[in-house]
Amino acid sequence: MLRILHNTRFDFIARQRVIGIGIALFLLPAVIWIGISTVSGGLGSAFKLGVEFTGGTVVEVKFNGDADIADIRQTVTALYATAEVQYFGSPRDIVVRAQGRTAGEIESVTSVATAIRGVLTDKYTAAAFTVGRTEAIGPRVGAELRRNAIIAMLISFAVTLLYLAWRFDGRLAVAAVLANVHDIIATFAFIKYVQIEITLFVVGGILTVIGYSLADKVVVFDRVREILRKGTRTALTNTLNLAINETLPRTVMTGSTVIACLIALIALGGAVLRPFAMVLLFGIVIGTFSSIYVASPILLLIERRWPRHDGETKGMSRALAEERKRDRGDKVDMAAR
Amino acid sequence: MSNLKWRLVTIVVALLASVAFLFPRDVTVKRRGEDGLLHELTERRVPLRRGLDLQGGMHLALEIDDTKQVVAKPEEALDLALKVVRTRIDEFGVSEPVVQRSGSNQIVVLLPGMTDQSRAEAVVRDQAFLEFQITDKTQALERVLPRLDAVVRERRLATASGRAPAVTPAAPRGLQDLLKTADTGRQARDTARVDTAATAGGAFSNLIQQGGMPGEYLVKSQDVATLTRFLEDSAVRAALPPAKEVLWGTDSSVVGNQWYKAIYCVDTRAIMTGANLTDARPNTSPLEGTIVQFKLDNVGGRRFRSETGKHVGDYMAIVLDGRVMGRPPVIQSAIGTDGQITMGGKDLAAAQDLALVLRAGSLPVPLRVAEIRSIGPSLGEDSIQKGMRAGLLGIALVVVIMIGYYRFSGVLSVLGLIFYAITTLAFLAAFDATLTLPGIAGFILSIGMAVDANFLQFERIREELDRGKTVRTAVEEGFRNSWAAIIDTHVTTALTGAVLYQYGTGPVQGFAVTLVAGVVSSILSSVFVVRTLFLLWLSRSRGNQPLSI
Repeated sequence: MLRILHNTRFDFIARQRVIGIGIALFLLPAVIWIGISTVSGGLGSAFKLGVEFTGGTVVEVKFNGDADIADIRQTVTALYATAEVQYFGSPRDIVVRAQGRTAGEIESVTSVATAIRGVLTDKYTAAAFTVGRTEAIGPRVGAELRRNAIIAMLISFAVTLLYLAWRFDGRLAVAAVLANVHDIIATFAFIKYVQIEITLFVVGGILTVIGYSLADKVVVFDRVREILRKGTRTALTNTLNLAINETLPRTVMTGSTVIACLIALIALGGAVLRPFAMVLLFGIVIGTFSSIYVASPILLLIERRWPRHDGETKGMSRALAEERKRDRGDKVDMAAR
Repeated sequence: MSNLKWRLVTIVVALLASVAFLFPRDVTVKRRGEDGLLHELTERRVPLRRGLDLQGGMHLALEIDDTKQVVAKPEEALDLALKVVRTRIDEFGVSEPVVQRSGSNQIVVLLPGMTDQSRAEAVVRDQAFLEFQITDKTQALERVLPRLDAVVRERRLATASGRAPAVTPAAPRGLQDLLKTADTGRQARDTARVDTAATAGGAFSNLIQQGGMPGEYLVKSQDVATLTRFLEDSAVRAALPPAKEVLWGTDSSVVGNQWYKAIYCVDTRAIMTGANLTDARPNTSPLEGTIVQFKLDNVGGRRFRSETGKHVGDYMAIVLDGRVMGRPPVIQSAIGTDGQITMGGKDLAAAQDLALVLRAGSLPVPLRVAEIRSIGPSLGEDSIQKGMRAGLLGIALVVVIMIGYYRFSGVLSVLGLIFYAITTLAFLAAFDATLTLPGIAGFILSIGMAVDANFLQFERIREELDRGKTVRTAVEEGFRNSWAAIIDTHVTTALTGAVLYQYGTGPVQGFAVTLVAGVVSSILSSVFVVRTLFLLWLSRSRGNQPLSI
């Protein structure tokens, strides 16, 4: 029988401080960076937003030979000064973005795409390239989509919070959702560092991360609940550690199959899906990490700060009593030393 | 053992039903043939609807254009507009178009296989308001020319244009015209030069010259943009002769090497509108090129006859959405129920589109395009291929991990995975869901997630075996104890999927649907199918044969 991480006895909770510092080191620069760009240019400029959110036009062009990007950039920016021209997956594929106000000011959303196609035809003749994809979105639609994306994220938090509160209890649910919020902030930090463009696909990826990461925490907490029900006299810290260790093989194995699928997508899925798959890959890794290192410490923090009344969830209060006993023991030890 | 038999029968039935849902079957599609008519074609294919991003096509979102007029009851108007748009699109001859309302203020149109953007946009957006107006023969425009010149000078319209950048013309139509002439730079320079000349003399009267019939004027092609801007000015419009209006024609003519565009002065009152139109057909005539022949109903025909009878010898402009179609014909004698519109050099496709727009009726409110996404067919093919390859690699990796780690039990889990894949696709076919590129990505991802339930179960079984339980008890306890975690993880995933469906659009909804279908199949496959396979193994195994897990 092949086994990884079998019968481990890692003390995950003890490393809280180091982990906390690590998380802070990763998150703080991104939060500050996002904050600065928000103050200087509004929320829209904090991230690289796709045309579906800002309004504007994207034209994807496939040239028959290698495309001279500098030349194309010159041609297109002569028409729209703020247009962006980039390679898209291969040296033959070019994507042109005319975003935000440039495109919004012109009455008809399609005229920009037609104009871009027109200047390229003038410059390179119609036979030199084919237009693969065109997207033109009016500014009003963009604003609505942006609002909907934020609402979707908040609602999925609320809905899962309610479900977990019903299946487990309020505190476990809050701990799981807080760890989840950590995952989302970390994912946005990753998006900021790597400068991934936030498109509808990417938002779909972030929502999938929310679902996956919550499910991951549910498995650990499910085990915590089970151990508490057995009624053994152990401190809460030990219970949490035990639950994490016992579910560790599953956590790692599930993570590895999902990551395997994502690597397949990144390698072979094409340029359209790559940003989406990369956000998911990071989100799954961070979600797995936070199931182990973030969710349980948060639960411990909550239970210590707001102790439960007697009679409420027997197993938990017993574990907390043991926890306090152990804490006192620690202090005695310290004093003796 | 009857329990086990019952389980096996259920699995076989579920598999057969899934395969039946996915079996290629005949589908009838409407498609426009070479002759321009609609044909019902029968195709044989797997009944999984491919999204626009996979088969190529166009996605249009339309909203009410309230910049020019206030729309009193937008909800009702949108419902009416939806009907008109649907009729037009149905006649357009794209296979399986979708026209539906989205939210309270949008109409979404999906045109699979369609890539000609401007044509689709025009068909959807043209108001198709048809009017017949008599051209002016009193030289009313000539008489107000001095006044118009004065207004243009007063308002400094001619000089203002010098500052206008070349790339932001007053109207989108102007931009497209610029591009068609394929020489943006020279056009802009010419306009600027004309403007400086115009400030010296009669700024307005310099731009136009008498055409070949009463009420017709010709404008040099490079002056069109300038004159359009003049005519948009409210003071200029106020100075135009009373009860007359000035409309651009669709025709242009060449004298020497100079292109001219026609503009007409017509009576504001229309002698007839398209409201009484009953039929319109495209046609070609050797003399006039492409034409659209139309029929009026009896009431309209009677009125048309009496009105044209009063105007014998006059020229009648056929005005569609404020543009004069072709050169106004002279009225020889009273016309009854049959008439025709000359297309003025446009091709048969344009005549077909105009005919169908006229047949389908006019839009109750002006619409504008809020969003347009179009994907070429080759890009879609490419996406499918890449998705397939990524999917196969993903599945191969998962199979290697499962069998490598769990050996015989891993094989059982892979069998469950096959059941999972077939039923998920069958769910999609059964609910007529659309398979999109993110949907394919979601499906690949869900394969990695579907085995999660197996990990929960198998690790449990291992734990129970560690505690020294017999294989039979360990399997039973393992499945029972992992149930709670499995249901909780699946429900949380399904909940986020549902939210994604509710607030996502287009392709992202496809992703959500795959996710939710995957969750249901995953529960079935892990909790029922894999468990049944274990029960089957247990029933065949000798006394205390060890389980390979």
